[in-house]
Amino acid sequence: MLFHGWVTIMAFFICVVAMTRPLGGFLKRVLEGEQHVLGRIIGPVERGIYRAAGIQEDREQSWSQYAIAVIVFKVICFIAVYTLLRFQGVLPLNPNGMRGVAPDLAYNTAISFVTNTNWQSYAGETTMSHLSQMLGLTVQNFVSAAAGIAIAAAVIRGFTRRSAASIGNFWADLVRTTLYVLLPICVVLALLFVLEGVPQTLLGSVTASTLEGTRQTIALGPVASQEAIKMLGTNGGGFFNVNSAHPFENPNALTNFVQMLAIFALGAGLTNMFGRMVGRERQGWAIFSAMAALFLVGTVVTYWSEAHANPLLHALGIDPSLGNMEGKETRFGIVGSALFATVTTDASCGAVNAMHESFLPLGGMVPLVNMMLGEVIFGGVGSGLYGFLLFAIIAVFMAGLMVGRTPEYLGKKIEAREIKMTMLAVLCLPLVMLGFTALAVVVPSGLSALSTSGPHGFTEALYAYTSAAANNGSAFAGLTANPFWNVTLGIAMMVGRFFVIIPVLAIAGAMAAKKTAAPTPGTFPTDTGLFIALVTGVILIVGGLTFLPALALGPIVEHLAMLRGTLF
Amino acid sequence: MALHLPHSEATHGGRSSEHRSQSSLMQASLLLPAITESFRKLDPRIMWRNPVMFVVEVVTILTTVLLVRDIIIGGTHPGFAIQINLWLWFTLIFANFAEAVAEGRGKAQADSLRRTRTETLGKRLLANDDGGYSHFGLYEQIPAPELAVDDIVLVEAGDFIPSDGEVIDGIASVDESAITGESAPVIRESGGDRSAVTGGTRVLSDWVIVRITAAQGSTFLDRIISLVEGAQRQKTPNEIALTILLAGMTLIFIFAVVTIPSFVHYAGGHISVLILVALFVTLIPTTIGALLSAIGIAGMDRLIRFNVLAMSGRAVEAAGDVDTLLLDKTGTITIGDRQATAFVPVSGVTEHELADAAQLASLADETPEGRSIVVLAKEKFGIRGRDMNALGAHFVPFTAQTRMSGVDVGDRHIRKGAVDSVIACLGEAVPSVGQIRQIADEIARQGGTPLAVADNTRLLGVVHLKDVVKGGIRERFAELRRMGIRTVMITGDNPLTAAAIAAESGVDHFLAQATPEAKLALIRSEQASGKLVAMCGDGTNDAPALAQADVGVAMNTGTVAAREAGNMVDLDSDPTKLIEIVGIGKQLLMTRGALTTFSIANDVAKYFAIIPAMFVGFYPALSALNVMHLATPESAVLSAIIFNALIIIALIPLALKGVRYRPVGAASLLRRNLLIYGIGGLIVPFIGIKLIDMLVTSIGLA
Repeated sequence: MLFHGWVTIMAFFICVVAMTRPLGGFLKRVLEGEQHVLGRIIGPVERGIYRAAGIQEDREQSWSQYAIAVIVFKVICFIAVYTLLRFQGVLPLNPNGMRGVAPDLAYNTAISFVTNTNWQSYAGETTMSHLSQMLGLTVQNFVSAAAGIAIAAAVIRGFTRRSAASIGNFWADLVRTTLYVLLPICVVLALLFVLEGVPQTLLGSVTASTLEGTRQTIALGPVASQEAIKMLGTNGGGFFNVNSAHPFENPNALTNFVQMLAIFALGAGLTNMFGRMVGRERQGWAIFSAMAALFLVGTVVTYWSEAHANPLLHALGIDPSLGNMEGKETRFGIVGSALFATVTTDASCGAVNAMHESFLPLGGMVPLVNMMLGEVIFGGVGSGLYGFLLFAIIAVFMAGLMVGRTPEYLGKKIEAREIKMTMLAVLCLPLVMLGFTALAVVVPSGLSALSTSGPHGFTEALYAYTSAAANNGSAFAGLTANPFWNVTLGIAMMVGRFFVIIPVLAIAGAMAAKKTAAPTPGTFPTDTGLFIALVTGVILIVGGLTFLPALALGPIVEHLAMLRGTLF
Repeated sequence: MALHLPHSEATHGGRSSEHRSQSSLMQASLLLPAITESFRKLDPRIMWRNPVMFVVEVVTILTTVLLVRDIIIGGTHPGFAIQINLWLWFTLIFANFAEAVAEGRGKAQADSLRRTRTETLGKRLLANDDGGYSHFGLYEQIPAPELAVDDIVLVEAGDFIPSDGEVIDGIASVDESAITGESAPVIRESGGDRSAVTGGTRVLSDWVIVRITAAQGSTFLDRIISLVEGAQRQKTPNEIALTILLAGMTLIFIFAVVTIPSFVHYAGGHISVLILVALFVTLIPTTIGALLSAIGIAGMDRLIRFNVLAMSGRAVEAAGDVDTLLLDKTGTITIGDRQATAFVPVSGVTEHELADAAQLASLADETPEGRSIVVLAKEKFGIRGRDMNALGAHFVPFTAQTRMSGVDVGDRHIRKGAVDSVIACLGEAVPSVGQIRQIADEIARQGGTPLAVADNTRLLGVVHLKDVVKGGIRERFAELRRMGIRTVMITGDNPLTAAAIAAESGVDHFLAQATPEAKLALIRSEQASGKLVAMCGDGTNDAPALAQADVGVAMNTGTVAAREAGNMVDLDSDPTKLIEIVGIGKQLLMTRGALTTFSIANDVAKYFAIIPAMFVGFYPALSALNVMHLATPESAVLSAIIFNALIIIALIPLALKGVRYRPVGAASLLRRNLLIYGIGGLIVPFIGIKLIDMLVTSIGLA
């Protein structure tokens, strides 16, 4: 572990802290429908969309109407992407002559992008036409992220409104987030990436002659634009198969740093928007702090683990000072890769700039655990915040009891209905993560896709379903997806998205309908260090304990065996 | 017949009764029935109410079936399996035992009430010719259970009141010790706020005509019996929410455990159902699951011991949430009995003369007002006590009709009493009536109560009785403020007087010249801002407010309407008890929260005991996780399951007694409880499991 490594981590964290307030303020203005600079410029476009689509943007929806709108929208998106992928061979903008995508892969990919997971069972440069990339995948990158933010805003409204029947209008939230938040920032990011050498072209691949005289196909395309939203929207679906490890996606240390910031930007900003909307920024900072604590711990463990070389290689006489460089890009180094791995799995981004499979067991376990906790460490845009609020509800429930009051969060009483919905949402993740892993490691079609046996192969399977259910989309690598995996991973992604969204919106509806109690000295304050510690503990114990047996049979036993000199 | 059994003597001083009840938590006489009961409760139809323990029962039955099968087939070493099975059954029985002990205490009280309930005969009056009833009228004697609502009965001195009702005629002193434990008789009269009578109480003097208001089976006494028995116990809202949380946790751990065989199969190992069940039972929150209903029952029981009947568990929970406390000034903030503070004579009478007459009239008057007059006379003028007999004086006690008391010395008749009553007695014609009225009005304006004194037909003056703020009430209010509860004093006084008393007592806010409508409006406005309101009241005009309040404590001395409207009845009719009721409500929730936290925190240690034991057979490297250095995989699993069962027994006293509530503010309370039950819950099982492991290894159980 080097000084510059710590400096990088600290510099990154300081940048995240610095971005939080301005972004939070802007997000609130957009989602509360207030006046802002961009509104004057892009306002006509927004109103044009409403007119064209017949949306009455100020007609409020109840939680169930809101949820139905979300699902209808997602179904339409799924059908559109699926159709596009199947027929891309006969559609324009296909300079490399890609054929239509196979049904199971098209289904898997469509779900993956609609749920903001961006699990990629394919290699982009050899599977997708430019039209599929731009009209299918990049568009979903925008709207699935916008939908996440919209839902988060609706949930916050549930907490801020009193005795209300509605929680906002999904269509307005969706349009506003896309137009005012995602698009402008992405334009800036894409231009920056182009400046740093990321391609942005509609031309096909270029063939070059190498020094050895062989011919090499260099894939090109509209990379920069997809790259921007891939990070900002915590989507993670790369243009190329190796994602951000590819020099055309992520050419240098600067783009690497900016990409990581883009992953956390909106997740962090939303905590501040939460604080502003509930009328007390400290409430937002409390959430930010709990997330930041978990982020920093994860980063330190990964960095520590990767900065030490595999002890068995050391024993063979290899210089340990470089750390574990297997599967990492030299232009990012240990810290650039370890930090990226933590950030991309804290948030449900799933972009990768190094092969997580090649991390040492504990280094690879941190991304896994981050996802098992439900992607609540800044998390996916929107989904991180509402996922965190589920744990906050459990924490507040226990804390409230321990101070002798019916538990309340932000003045809203937490009662049987909220607990029921919270548990429903919390339950679905371990169900699909563990359930599908248990299935995959015994059926032949599941086993055949694993690249290795033993604990490491087990971790591959566990990582895949965890990544899918948590809507992360990063892969441990090593896995060769086949129809069995495509189908089951698709189900895991759907459950992980919708079995959380619907209960969360139900909670928002129930909260909005409640009265808000003014805080008294007898109320447990939710903006203090004690709350931060408590909710962190709840996330680790409630979110983490479930997975301990599985982790023991994967990375933990692998680590312990490595110390004893056994590799898998 | 009394609620106050030897082991549950509740007194007015709530704190002392709490102490006393704790010493008898686990009475030997209650234990035996509880043990029988804990076996009876193994019935799955009863278990079903508690999802966590029901799941334990299902898996226990499963392992027992497997054990029997193995024994029949002739499995190798059933010893270990038998032990695990036994401890699984113990876990269930211990959980039932906790509930049975909690219920047992209430049952004992109910039995005693029932034993002493008398089969009373009621004198049902027959209507006169004009349709009215008179106490000279004809009546028929019928057994109390046959009385119907709206029957009219006569109750005379010495009779038991056959059922709950309302006095429609007459006035009587009634011994209500059967219900309240208070031996001093109370006055019951028609009209006004003292008209309710309770079945099972006894008329001591005079007579009343009562209209029966409660059908048999729903009388106050019936309700007490069913309440203390817990027969009508339903899960409270918070208990339901917690049950859902625990059921959800149980489900999560089902996923965690049922997926293990597949993982193990992949790793090339093997795992028995027995070990999986052991892991599952130790992981799911059995500790809180086992104790949850005991905590609820014990919370109700604490109130009953405190002589407060909560009509629902919901009310007890709401009490813990109270944000605003409405307190009647008289009797709560001020000493209900006013104290004499000045003698104000009419012109032509000296203060000394007035004091002397007032003292003489009060010598034999045992009421606090009377005593305070004697004390004031002594302090101001050094008038000492005189021997009534030597003076040949004859005391005239206060009666409800005259509303005066006094003394006859020879032909000298000294009377003191309400100004209007004294004037009414003497007639408007006597001199100084105008001046007396003027003085009385002035005193009333200051918030005091005037008491006129007359010597034969001569009005001497007025004794100024003043509200005296109770000692220590200021500290109580400060305590409530720290608890986060706002206090509002309700008084009929004018705003000036109210402000003076509010300032003196340290109450946060006051509502002066309060009418029932104003009271109701205040409650509504507090509730509209999301606050929970508690109040107590006794009058019929309090009934709407009592019904509206989230916690309405009706005084047992109050009217039927008030008792019906409230969701708690205070048998001692002591309004200051609201403060303790809030504490009991908080204690109930805290105990649940603390044990839930403890239960979940325990899981960490259990994982460290069982995971290495489960997997070490095929992944020897995992023995590094055996941080407790438990002797063998078998001893590790056995120790974990034994700890899991014994901790239930160990925590029963805490569940029944409740976690102590301190009014120190939410944050420090949470910090304290998190430290004890959270961090403690992490550490204790590590130590406990290790100790049990050493024990079972040394005696060769595993």
